[in-house]
Amino acid sequence: MIHFSNTSKRYASGQDALLNVSFEIEQGEMVFITGHSGAGKSTLLKLVALLERPSRGQVIVNGQNLARVKRRQIPYFRRDIGIIFQDHQLLFDRTVFDNVALPLVIAGHPHAEIARRVRAALDKVGLLKKEKHYPITLSGGEQQRVGIARAVVHKPALVLADEPTGNLDPELSWDIMQIFNDFSQVGVTALIASHDLDLISRMQRRQLILKNGQLLQDHRVST
Amino acid sequence: MTPAMTSHKRHPGILTRIGSYYMRHAQTLIYTLGQLLRAPFAMLMTAAVIGIALALPTGLHVLLKNAELFSGEIDGATQISLFLKRGASEQQAQQLTHRLRQLPEIGKVRFISKQEALKEFKKNAGFSEAMKALTENPLPHVIVIHPALQHTGEQAVKKLLVRLQGMVHVDVAQLDEEWIKRLYSIMDFIKRGVWILAAMLALAVLLVVGNTIRLAIQNRREEIIVIKLIGGTDAFIRRPFLYTGFWYGLFGALIAFVLISLSLWLLNEPLERLASLYHRERQLTSLDTQSGLLLFGGGILLGLAGSWLAVGRHLRDIEPR
Repeated sequence: MIHFSNTSKRYASGQDALLNVSFEIEQGEMVFITGHSGAGKSTLLKLVALLERPSRGQVIVNGQNLARVKRRQIPYFRRDIGIIFQDHQLLFDRTVFDNVALPLVIAGHPHAEIARRVRAALDKVGLLKKEKHYPITLSGGEQQRVGIARAVVHKPALVLADEPTGNLDPELSWDIMQIFNDFSQVGVTALIASHDLDLISRMQRRQLILKNGQLLQDHRVST
Repeated sequence: MTPAMTSHKRHPGILTRIGSYYMRHAQTLIYTLGQLLRAPFAMLMTAAVIGIALALPTGLHVLLKNAELFSGEIDGATQISLFLKRGASEQQAQQLTHRLRQLPEIGKVRFISKQEALKEFKKNAGFSEAMKALTENPLPHVIVIHPALQHTGEQAVKKLLVRLQGMVHVDVAQLDEEWIKRLYSIMDFIKRGVWILAAMLALAVLLVVGNTIRLAIQNRREEIIVIKLIGGTDAFIRRPFLYTGFWYGLFGALIAFVLISLSLWLLNEPLERLASLYHRERQLTSLDTQSGLLLFGGGILLGLAGSWLAVGRHLRDIEPR
């Protein structure tokens, strides 16, 4: 599903965010990327989502060599991915329903189908009753769950999450992780950047450990 | 299975998709209108600037059209005025008139003695007070000549003019077409000026809309980033801004239309008074359909173009990081 081969990323500032990173992730895998801040976790996710382009090496996502994806094609490429951010990136002038519906609206689905799928996604994250609320009236955990619902409403094959539990207490974090767990049960590949080591060790999943832009360890858990 | 059937099978909802495509356009149109009406004052300010910029050249265009119609009425027949020398007596003038009647090139001759001219002048021009102050009649005798129908060609008239100019007692032979020609060339000049003005003001509208849309884009920066992150195409992001430009253009044209109608209404009364001095009934004609379409079409087009320029320039700068 995701294949990095000798991939490096050097920013214009001269900083090497990733150095010669190679790994492969199968479809349906749930993988954590860990490491200190500045280790290159976010950069790795950005390369997968085509928010950045690698300076050297290759990135292949879903059989597609990203070097060949032209700027014009990026939107269509991103529609197969669900992205979740630490700061949620919700639109505060729209209801929860409209926020979650956005990927479907963008893809041009008919109205009835949008309503059905948004409600299914909200039900999945336990926020069906809050569809008419505005994000500002929700708690941090609820906002994050709206963000997750938006990331999966269009049934992407791959979900990327950058510190999805960054601001949440351990119990809420655990709940969020269970949602990701459920997705991976149905074949969705999940790539989650986090430095919550305690939580990650309880999840018993594969870990890519980064340090100073290099892949320090590919820690697989036998299940 | 035929190719048509396979493709039908692959896209089961193709018709609904096309339907929903237009639905989404209609929704965006209504949505952007709603957004604008949420801040009606700010919207009206911008629309008014556009409206004034559109009203100026359009209004001038309407006035020119009216002037053309008006001059067209006077254009009628060619007419030559012979102004006689101050020294010529009435009798001499009468004799000349009689002689001119014999010429085959000449159709109709009318003699206006200087006394008659003075009377006419006092009655019509409203100069009676000023005229009273004169001790002596300053006007010459005038003979007004209409060339015979078969001699109204430009060359024939020119020849006749030269001949009349050479006659005794004649001071000036004046072809009254001249001033109409002059009027037309003045109007051509003004018309060109109106076009230049229109071009400059169109540029102004473009910039006003462009700047307004640029600010709108900056205000919605976060939203644009989110939409780009979840796979919104440039066209999708551009659409609401283009429709916003469309509304600005439409409202601007509407305001311009109101301004022009109001101005014409205000000008109508003094014009009627002016026309009555020329023994004419006149009403200003308002915007004709063609000019109206040009105003609204131009306004909308400029609105769209302005927002297109702004979106094209600023959308690329906003990329998620």
